[in-house]
Amino acid sequence: MSSVTAFFKQPLVVALILIVALLYLGQSLSPGFASADQILRLLIVASLLGIVAAGQNVVILGGREGIDLSVGGVVSLSAIIAGNVMNGADGGILPAVLACLAAGAFFGLLNGLGVTLLRIPPLVMTLGMLGVLQGLLVVIRQGIPSGRAAPGLSAFVTQPFAFGIPGIIWLWIAIGLFMAFMLNRTVFGHRIYAIGSNEHAAYMAGVPVHLMRIGLFMISGMFAAIAGLCLLGYSGSSFANVGEQYMLSSIIAVVFGGTSLAGGKGGYTGTMAGALLLVILQGILTTVNIDESGRQMVFGATLLLLMLFYGRGRAMRA
Amino acid sequence: MTTTATDIRSSGAGGLRSWLERYPFLPALVILLALLALNGVFSPNSLSFRSLTGLLSTYMALVMLAIAQTYVVSAGDIDLSAGATLSLVNVAIVVLMERWGGGAGAVLLALALGVLIGLACGLVNGIVVAALRLQAIVATFATSIFFTGLALYVMPVAGTPAPALFWRTYGGRLFGVPFVFYVLAVLAVLLYLLSRTRMVTELLAVGDDQQAAYQTGLPVVAVRVKGYLLCGLFSALAAFCLTGDTASGDPLVGGKMTLYSVAAVVLGGSALAGGWTTVVGSLLGALTIGLVNSLVFFMGTPSEWQNFVQGLAILLVLMAGVLAGRRARA
Repeated sequence: MSSVTAFFKQPLVVALILIVALLYLGQSLSPGFASADQILRLLIVASLLGIVAAGQNVVILGGREGIDLSVGGVVSLSAIIAGNVMNGADGGILPAVLACLAAGAFFGLLNGLGVTLLRIPPLVMTLGMLGVLQGLLVVIRQGIPSGRAAPGLSAFVTQPFAFGIPGIIWLWIAIGLFMAFMLNRTVFGHRIYAIGSNEHAAYMAGVPVHLMRIGLFMISGMFAAIAGLCLLGYSGSSFANVGEQYMLSSIIAVVFGGTSLAGGKGGYTGTMAGALLLVILQGILTTVNIDESGRQMVFGATLLLLMLFYGRGRAMRA
Repeated sequence: MTTTATDIRSSGAGGLRSWLERYPFLPALVILLALLALNGVFSPNSLSFRSLTGLLSTYMALVMLAIAQTYVVSAGDIDLSAGATLSLVNVAIVVLMERWGGGAGAVLLALALGVLIGLACGLVNGIVVAALRLQAIVATFATSIFFTGLALYVMPVAGTPAPALFWRTYGGRLFGVPFVFYVLAVLAVLLYLLSRTRMVTELLAVGDDQQAAYQTGLPVVAVRVKGYLLCGLFSALAAFCLTGDTASGDPLVGGKMTLYSVAAVVLGGSALAGGWTTVVGSLLGALTIGLVNSLVFFMGTPSEWQNFVQGLAILLVLMAGVLAGRRARA
């Protein structure tokens, strides 16, 4: 394969080309779609998804059919916790951040323990946890009012923070740099790839496989919690199941970023592009004047079409 | 799925293991009976023939959907669009029955078309997953969005009623026996006949080791497509039961049922990785979910806690299902 074709087969390059193409399409369908303001708005929405997808990404990279279906529940739960802890006061932001991170880490820990100690498949464990979280949300909702975002948090998410760009986008960039550093430059990161490609070999090489996997689920829970907090800042107040949409879209963002669901292969930079791609696609569909049914059909069909650009499974060979 | 631990088949395992090997759904049956007993303790009335019939007709749709899911899981695949397929068939048959006047002929014709729609959805899934080799989880999620869009096109808002002839038959009696038992009997015969076919064996072979199945000469792509076709067929049957129970059309009704169908498969003792499945287990698993929900209600759980207790109980029985299923396979 020539180096030119190899270049265009990289998931990140594919995603970036598709992003530019979609922006162009959006601009020609509704002028102003690709204006600076609109692109910032799309980036804010994409950063929420991208932060959830960061956690999803490490769980998937860790292999053994790693997947976290409970992220949506953690996002919703975190938004409620944050709203109640801060309740409209800036002084409550720090306690809210700590409370959300603790909740995310706790549910991640439970997922990790189920997957490692009891060897429940991640899909099943996190699916069950999702049910528990959804039930917990109902309990919390009946007991206490939903709470409000602190003005400082809302400003961080929606208002320009530095160089005219909102704080959450900076946060997302920082998370991107952190993930790139962690995955490529640290022992922990290398061990993620190791257990993702061959758990048995990693175990033989002395990698604490179980602890690693528990850690990955905790990271996933904490990233989902951060996203829930930011989502509260974005919408002002939380409502039931705000996070539900992130369950499968975070997985799609990871796949569009070129990370294989089989684990051990991929990275976060592509996932960031994947999240942006998904958000732009949804943005275009909301600007086009078609009814809900047509929108869903086009969205589903486009997702399938886009998936064809990415790593398809290998054909069977004898 | 690659197992990391070395599997050593213990030779001196007792009679229990051979029983489990022959009847892999036994753990699910035990859980189900325990839940039935608990239901009886908290509310003796819940074990009456009438209540059990009600439970069966409510959860028959989930039973069918769990069986649908079982066939794709057999081949190591998954179908996250099963619920959306159910929704699509539900709204399609309700609209068709209404348009054609709601007579017996209209009902039967609509049902026949419903089966074809289910099969078509299965075919689409089979093509994208097996022939185009997209990853099953994300690809069937994408098709589920597409099918939901179609369902919304057929019926934008929920509420169109099904003809009285249809739901009265489903909820009524025939020769003194509730109709749902005939459904169960036909289902049992259908499952028995299917289990005798080569198709199910091939699905399991592909799920157990795709590469090996291919090298043995199995047409792996065609086998996986057949799995999705079976899934589409049973999703359509699930839609019939649901329509009989709710007596109306709702374009979003199946969305939440997809994950429950996966849970029921796992509860029943099947391996999600494929190659080892039990349709009887999935049937029992779906009923278990129904019994958990009714038990939480009969225990007098405060209404705001019901979802939480249900979620927790389902997580626990899921764990039990996985652990027991693994014991049977070990």
